Amino acid sequence: MIKSETILKTARELNIKAAIEGPKDVRQKVANMEKEETHHLSKYVLGKILENYDAAIKDRRPMCADTGLPRYYAKVGNHASIEGGMVTLEKLLRQATAETTASIPLRPNRVHPFSRKDYNNNVGIHAPTVDYSFEPDADWLDITVVHKGGLFGGDYRMLFPADGIPGLKRFYLDSLAEYFRRGMSCQPAVIGVGVGGTKDVCVRLSKEAACLRVVGDRNPDPEIAKLEEELIELGNQSGFGPMGFPGNSAVLDVHIEVAYAHTGGMPVGIQHFCYAQRRMSARISSNDKVEYREDPMWFTPYYRRDTIE
Amino acid sequence: MTDQEKKTIREVYLSLPVSPEDLDSLKLGDAVYLNGLVFTGREGVYSRIFEKNIEPPIDIRELGGATFHCSPAISETSPGVYNVPSVTATASFRFAKYMPEFLKRYGIRIVIGKGGMALDIYKQAFRPNGTIYLTTVGYGLGAIYGRGILGVKDVIWKEELGFAQAMWILEVENFGPFLVECDAQGESLFEKANAEINTKFLKLYEGLPQLALKRLGEVCNPDTEVF
Repeated sequence: MIKSETILKTARELNIKAAIEGPKDVRQKVANMEKEETHHLSKYVLGKILENYDAAIKDRRPMCADTGLPRYYAKVGNHASIEGGMVTLEKLLRQATAETTASIPLRPNRVHPFSRKDYNNNVGIHAPTVDYSFEPDADWLDITVVHKGGLFGGDYRMLFPADGIPGLKRFYLDSLAEYFRRGMSCQPAVIGVGVGGTKDVCVRLSKEAACLRVVGDRNPDPEIAKLEEELIELGNQSGFGPMGFPGNSAVLDVHIEVAYAHTGGMPVGIQHFCYAQRRMSARISSNDKVEYREDPMWFTPYYRRDTIE
Repeated sequence: MTDQEKKTIREVYLSLPVSPEDLDSLKLGDAVYLNGLVFTGREGVYSRIFEKNIEPPIDIRELGGATFHCSPAISETSPGVYNVPSVTATASFRFAKYMPEFLKRYGIRIVIGKGGMALDIYKQAFRPNGTIYLTTVGYGLGAIYGRGILGVKDVIWKEELGFAQAMWILEVENFGPFLVECDAQGESLFEKANAEINTKFLKLYEGLPQLALKRLGEVCNPDTEVF
């Protein structure tokens, strides 16, 4: 039995670690880019980004004050038993959000879309979002916390089989043209691309691809992996550096995920996730043992399955 | 290495309020650090002042003329006592329409934000008013900027607008770095960056087909901005 007290404590700690530390794979990639960048303004910006990571960790401050829209990804083992059930899990995640909004603090970003009413705790209707997936032969609960801004860098478009990969490249370049100027995406960014499924599924996959895979990870399908590498190169040849200054450091990684699509369509979602990449994961075992880790391990072979089982 | 690649960033420390000479001396791309008072404002503040015609309960002309498109990560640790570990800017282009009247009415000399605004706003509103625009760096330097915040001097409209939208009056020390994006002549660092990048960027489109299904209003080229 996974105890509710353990879930609450873990969710609190994940919010703190995400807001202040973020994952090392992103910090290391930015450090590599800073070494290789030659344009003086882009190099200066990358240097300050690295200083900021250090300042956040040293002082225990949020690395970025736009602490985004805190959200959770829960992967639940098929045999996991959660004290109080799934409704309790949801309540605990909402409670952890409100508590850490005050204690870290996070910026209370969540407001009613019409009245703009703010409870000052990042909780409200469909807030925080919790997404679920399941895993066979497991009795653990994985929780990943993501704090991502949400105003810029996302797009959706219905492409068609005739547009193909060249069309996808055009749409990808368009998203850079729109959001890399002046650095609206807060690049260098990880770019998630979701292809196929329905409109909502390709957008969801693009968000998961941007937020739930580590820098350097390639899609297990060699054709998709090759396209990921082509898009990384295209992005870093675009001429955009951080803040839209001239440079070669704009794309930390590209992650592509696919879903089977309507035979006549090829819908595409794109998400840019900034260098202040606030994510952190933990596994709670059935004996209440908690292991924190930086790889969300969201895209398991089971999650990407294409068979009936 | 070309001359441009050898360039370094000049750091400038200014006390608020600034003099016209201070601003004249700044060049595009200088890194500026500020000392004094900075007040924040975003959608909620502009909406109250300009859509609802409600004047702030204090005279913001007395605050030193530096405003920040921002809301902090902040908590009220006990009544009237605030913890502000981290601040970052929000994108400024959404507030451009308020700038001509805002800068003039309140004697604003420095606008700090994310990403700057279009060149015509600088020429029409900033330059005639003797105002410059400073952009935050990278946009996610919350911890570094947080180190420059000494404390909260006052907060306006906290109940009405909530923590994220209230007007926070912040005491700052060596608060920066911010890059000069619009100088006293109304020139723009981002405009120059866009112009430099466009030729190379447009080449990447060579050989890529137009998409089968267009979107309404899709008539602009990728070398133009979307706001």
